[in-house]
Amino acid sequence: MVKKWVIPLLLVLVVTIGLLQCNPKEAPEAEKPFTFGMLLVGPYNDHGWSQAHYEGGKYVEAHVPNTKMIYIDKVNPADRAGVTIPQLVDDMVEKGASLIICNSDDMKDGTREAAKLHPNVHFIHVSGDDVLTGKATANLSNVMGRMEYGKMMAGFAAAMTSQTGKIGYLGPLINEETRRLAASCYLGAKYAWEHVRKKNPNDLKFQVTWIGFWFNIPGVTADPTQVAQNFFNTGYDVVVSGIDTTEAVVVATQKRNEGKTVWAIPYDYVGACEGANDVCLGVPYFNWGPSYVDFVKASRDGKWAAKWVWLNPDWNDINNHDTSAIGFVAGAALPATAKSALDTFIQELGSGKLELFKGPLNYQDGRAFLKAGEVADDKQVWYMSQLLEGMQGQSSAK
Amino acid sequence: MSEITAKPETLLGLLHSLLVTVATVFCFTCVILLAAGAPPLDAFFHIFKGALGSWVKFAHVVQAWIPLTLCACGLLYTFRIGLWNIGIEGQMIMGAVFATAVLRMGLHGGHPGWVLAASFVAGIIGGGIWAVIAGFLKTRSGVNEIFAGLGLNFVAQGIILWLIFGPWKRPGVASMSGTETLPAELWLGTLPHLRLTPTGVAFAVAAVVVSAVMLRYTRIGLNLRAIGSNRNAAFLFGLKPDHHLLLAMLFAGGFAGLAGNMQVTGVYHRLIPAISSNYGYLALLVVMLANYNVWLAPAVAFFFACLNVGSIQLPMMLQLDSSLSGVIQGALVLATLALHGWRKRRSLRAPQRKPDG
Repeated sequence: MVKKWVIPLLLVLVVTIGLLQCNPKEAPEAEKPFTFGMLLVGPYNDHGWSQAHYEGGKYVEAHVPNTKMIYIDKVNPADRAGVTIPQLVDDMVEKGASLIICNSDDMKDGTREAAKLHPNVHFIHVSGDDVLTGKATANLSNVMGRMEYGKMMAGFAAAMTSQTGKIGYLGPLINEETRRLAASCYLGAKYAWEHVRKKNPNDLKFQVTWIGFWFNIPGVTADPTQVAQNFFNTGYDVVVSGIDTTEAVVVATQKRNEGKTVWAIPYDYVGACEGANDVCLGVPYFNWGPSYVDFVKASRDGKWAAKWVWLNPDWNDINNHDTSAIGFVAGAALPATAKSALDTFIQELGSGKLELFKGPLNYQDGRAFLKAGEVADDKQVWYMSQLLEGMQGQSSAK
Repeated sequence: MSEITAKPETLLGLLHSLLVTVATVFCFTCVILLAAGAPPLDAFFHIFKGALGSWVKFAHVVQAWIPLTLCACGLLYTFRIGLWNIGIEGQMIMGAVFATAVLRMGLHGGHPGWVLAASFVAGIIGGGIWAVIAGFLKTRSGVNEIFAGLGLNFVAQGIILWLIFGPWKRPGVASMSGTETLPAELWLGTLPHLRLTPTGVAFAVAAVVVSAVMLRYTRIGLNLRAIGSNRNAAFLFGLKPDHHLLLAMLFAGGFAGLAGNMQVTGVYHRLIPAISSNYGYLALLVVMLANYNVWLAPAVAFFFACLNVGSIQLPMMLQLDSSLSGVIQGALVLATLALHGWRKRRSLRAPQRKPDG
């Protein structure tokens, strides 16, 4: 009996979809803005990784005339069950996007798949290496900032301030990117400890604890709030965050209010110290705007070339929002002496006087990473296979 | 128990209750949207257009409809015998896990078609085993199937996390992102230019037809209903309640496991922690909303799939905070449950009213 209306129901459905297809005429070609899409792995206002990208997109809208961003945030299977990257890309392409930015390591496979299906649309996979590995199609580029420098500054600020000599690194998941960033942070800390503060190397403890993803997924990852609390409760007085979200500064502020002398260094977003002046030593952040402007212009003007770019800070002024891909803002809680030492440190990094990825450096298991005097090239840094000797914590999955 | 088995209803009655539900949900969501400062009609239009606005989007909806319908079909068996198979989520996960195990074994073996076929069987077995465990706990130890199911869901989640973070991790990586992507020859084929897997559709349609025939025209279907209606009386008639209970669980788990396989081979092409996409829980609501009717269930599943796919437009088009689509889905769930409760009360009161009329 009910079966009788299955066929009419299906017919109605087909007609509806057909009718919805007939859109009113589009605006004339000349007025049509250049539309680019952005898939953000976290909330657009996370005060971290995703917000930095979102504001990069806003920067493009402000600096390249007649451009329009469409974005969708929380693109991850935990927040948006059943939604896949290729599916979202399909939708953005329908909405007229000619360039799509996928902002997470987690979107690597999905982006590659989508790029194959939409050869006429340009893609940027942030933090990826598909162009390096040759897995990318010609319409897919990779971009990343040399956050290694930012992390060195973070580690430096941490070790300059720490009273206990115990620095905790709140790590996301383990992969090449996170290994090299944690290692950079350690190198900065080690330099400050041994060469500026002239302390005994053995008194510096650098512990990396990984939560398993870029941000907290209840029941799936370790809880970053708990990890940060653990650090502070066991004598670590500075926690450097490597995750997308702001748990480290939040917990540090709580501990401060309980009377503990602790600090934290967030990550990713220029404004991540906001509201945490008591504890924030500074933040290494990404400034995606200028590079996105380049990509958008190239895509719009038909000058697209698939490339893998790893962008330097503008050493003249690492906090220049129009030129520098990464920066570091010192926080209000950074002591004045540490601040001036940090300024010198940044200057020496920029001038090339100081090179921290220089041998002798060993991997965690004692194997040589760099021979004495050897300076790591891009690929050696990018594809570090372990943490460095002297760091505590897992180097890869067990 | 009897109130959760289907009562034969007229077409008009079915339509009526469906309309009431949809209207309730509509009003409920309107209030929430207004409270959030969003234009409700715009929001609904975008959801609607986002689900059915093009063939590409329609294909996305169908991709969500497939696992939802498979799970819903499975649940029809367990509801029919009076079981609340909350464990369907875990059954789906285990289906995905078993399927992935087979796919991984077949990675270098050639014959992708056979590997895929074997993975279907493995998925069904995986889901089936997980369901039967809950069934045994019920029949042998008297553990309520809701608790057993929930517990097994947690265990399944634990297993999948362990596999992704441990034995099946990507080389050098420790991430909850998921396993390495399967090679393209182990993906279910899609229609050209559409993300739609005909195999999946065929399985879902077959599941509906098979379930309809099984539940309506076979002895097993009749027995399930008899036992669901009155377990003790059924026993007196010589039916074996425990035997049928396990059978119903087996069917539910099998369908759920198949759905899990579809998620791996047809949607994500890898194993991820959230592989079930909560479709199992959603399917429970689908079946309740469809009033346990085998022909209505796929239609309601389609409606839910539309909402799931369409609601992504809210953050994209209206800049509504994206968690709002979650609120709408939550409202849906609440409205469905409220209506279910109301319907139950009404059906309990109905016999008392009859003598007067």
